[in-house]
Amino acid sequence: MSDRMLTMAEALREAMGIAMEERPEVFILGEDIGIYGGAFGVTGDLYHRFSPLRVLDTPISELGIVGAAVGAALSGMRPIVEIQFSDFTAQAMDQIANQAAKIHFMLGGALHVPLVLRTPQGSGTGAAAQHSQNLETWFANVPGLKVVVPSNPADAKGLLLSAIDDPNPVIFLEHKLLYKIPGRDPVPEGAIRIPLGVSKVVRTGKDLTLVATGIMVNKAFEVTEKLEAEGISITLIDPRTISPLDMSPILESVEKTGRLLVVQEGPSHGGFINEVIARVSESSSFGSLIAPIKRLAGMNIPIPYAPQLEKAAVPQVADIEVAARNLVKEWR
Amino acid sequence: MVAQSLLMGHPLSSPDHARHALLYMYRIRKFEEAVEDLFGRGMMHGTMHLSIGQEAGPTGMCLALRLEDQITSTHRGHGHCIAKGADLTRMMAELLGKKIGYCGGRGGSMHIADAETGNLGANGVVGGGIPIAVGAALASKMQHKGTVAVSFFGDGAMNEGAFHEAANLAAIWKLPVILFCENNHYGMSSSTEKAFAIDRLADRGLGYGIPGVTVDGNDVVAVYEASEAAVARARNGEGPTLIEAITYRWKGHSRSDKNLYRSKEEIDEWKDLDPIPKFIHRVLEANLLRQDEIDAIQKQATDQIIEAVNNAAAAESAEPSGLLEAVFKAVSA
Ligand SMILES: Cc1ncc(C[n+]2csc(CCOP(=O)(O)OP(=O)(O)O)c2C)c(N)n1
Ligand SMILES: [Mg+2]
Repeated sequence: MSDRMLTMAEALREAMGIAMEERPEVFILGEDIGIYGGAFGVTGDLYHRFSPLRVLDTPISELGIVGAAVGAALSGMRPIVEIQFSDFTAQAMDQIANQAAKIHFMLGGALHVPLVLRTPQGSGTGAAAQHSQNLETWFANVPGLKVVVPSNPADAKGLLLSAIDDPNPVIFLEHKLLYKIPGRDPVPEGAIRIPLGVSKVVRTGKDLTLVATGIMVNKAFEVTEKLEAEGISITLIDPRTISPLDMSPILESVEKTGRLLVVQEGPSHGGFINEVIARVSESSSFGSLIAPIKRLAGMNIPIPYAPQLEKAAVPQVADIEVAARNLVKEWR
Repeated sequence: MVAQSLLMGHPLSSPDHARHALLYMYRIRKFEEAVEDLFGRGMMHGTMHLSIGQEAGPTGMCLALRLEDQITSTHRGHGHCIAKGADLTRMMAELLGKKIGYCGGRGGSMHIADAETGNLGANGVVGGGIPIAVGAALASKMQHKGTVAVSFFGDGAMNEGAFHEAANLAAIWKLPVILFCENNHYGMSSSTEKAFAIDRLADRGLGYGIPGVTVDGNDVVAVYEASEAAVARARNGEGPTLIEAITYRWKGHSRSDKNLYRSKEEIDEWKDLDPIPKFIHRVLEANLLRQDEIDAIQKQATDQIIEAVNNAAAAESAEPSGLLEAVFKAVSA
């Protein structure tokens, strides 16, 4: 019972199934989510378990899909939109950024938009520049959107259930390389909920604070294990929600370790990691730092196609390892 | 590695035209088969969208185009690229992540462009190329170039806002553009019956004041004839045409497709409507080529693809150095 090792796709499907059983107003809409089971197999058999109206296959019309979800959300439903690749949220950006995000505030609280938009992001599949971006910063820069970036199946399930409950628009960004791999921790049964806006301390150490998001949490975890053997102990923190951002465990940890490394897959320029760094710099914890802050991020380039180029474009385990070791060794 | 020169004209107008149309359809077929094989053997990366069964559309359309005419293409773009005259080695090299590939290994299957043959690029975004073709036609009109632009897109793309906005612009500005819809009955798993409330997608032209014609997209002769008329209209300053070419994709949408949304019988029925034997039949009937000449054309296409694969495989891999410098074109002093 407690040793259920699910993949992230399975965990997300389980969360949606639970929510749809709990509340008749929850439904899913998106391209190829029905018989096909979703481009990445996330909706899977939900089409057969629920009616085709609640697992609603759409034409290729992202703006229309998200707009229809906004309208349905304003009118008593709780839509979960699947956009086949996060890159195509660009088509729907008006409904996301100008409509959904602003309605509650702009209309004086008269209306609200309980909508979840799930979408795969990230590189590593050889799908090139228009199918590989990490776009969390686009959304985090729009007040009125909550932005979730899960790194493992158990969190994904609990966070998605909370996102569906949330009365506001939530953008749920799933790294496509995580879909098929089981997490390190079992996925609890039942309607477990993990609140949005609470960072998770993945492991605790005394030499370095390492903050990573999405798939980078997995890569960073590998590094913490490896360096543990070298006598370097690391606190690894996964914010899980980019917006709102829970800084407290990060600040507490920085005070103890005095060193900070932040890692993301997306390009560094204007990236989410810079927000973490800014908040540390503005805080009283800044005085505890004994080393310059180090960041690792994707190159400021579109994701290239060829595998040897694609790998070079984003941080790899070896890059994190070198950065972490150097930070600890060079600053004592 | 110069671009292949294009032959224009009716595919049944001479033995040379028949040979050309057949060679190009075979090239597309054999190219796709080679790609599928390379994927199957784990030698190719990413995903693939094969156009086997759809060879007549791009071949017939491009027989009506000059080298300087422009096209925009799609994720299922190998056929468009070949039909417009692209170099097979550089195409294959791109798919294998090689330096001599059309995009230097940075774009892959979904992003091949070829300035020399007027190919403004395949596109990973459904509908993304349609407004771009309209823009190319706008430039042609503004600069009195006399060229036309063709946007290839699928049935699925017709439900994107991009199609509708682009169609209207093309119509009100009377641009020399052809909107070429390859209706292969599905956008991934979504059948046209489910995704449209109309039967004839070409009827969509009506709402924009654009003539819409529906042709048998597996008949290269019918496609050519409709294309030629549309090109003539465009060059005469009479504005855009919407062509709907009815066809069928034999293979799955991409590598991960399990074909759960259609039956094996349906696929087999369409395989019986293979555009290549259909054209061969017409060619033999018209006494344009003999069977042994036809066999030789098939062999020629196969040999050309084998040579492209071998050349591409032997070429130097793309290297990560210089990626950052490649984002922007340098500002000239
Ligand atoms: C804007 C956008 N939405 C979704 C996708 C994912 N996708 C790629 S191809 C495709 C189906 C396209 O169907 P159609 O236009 O009919 O072309 P076909 O694949 O049949 O050639 C989908 C949904 C995409 N690439 N771009
Ligand atoms: Mg189609």
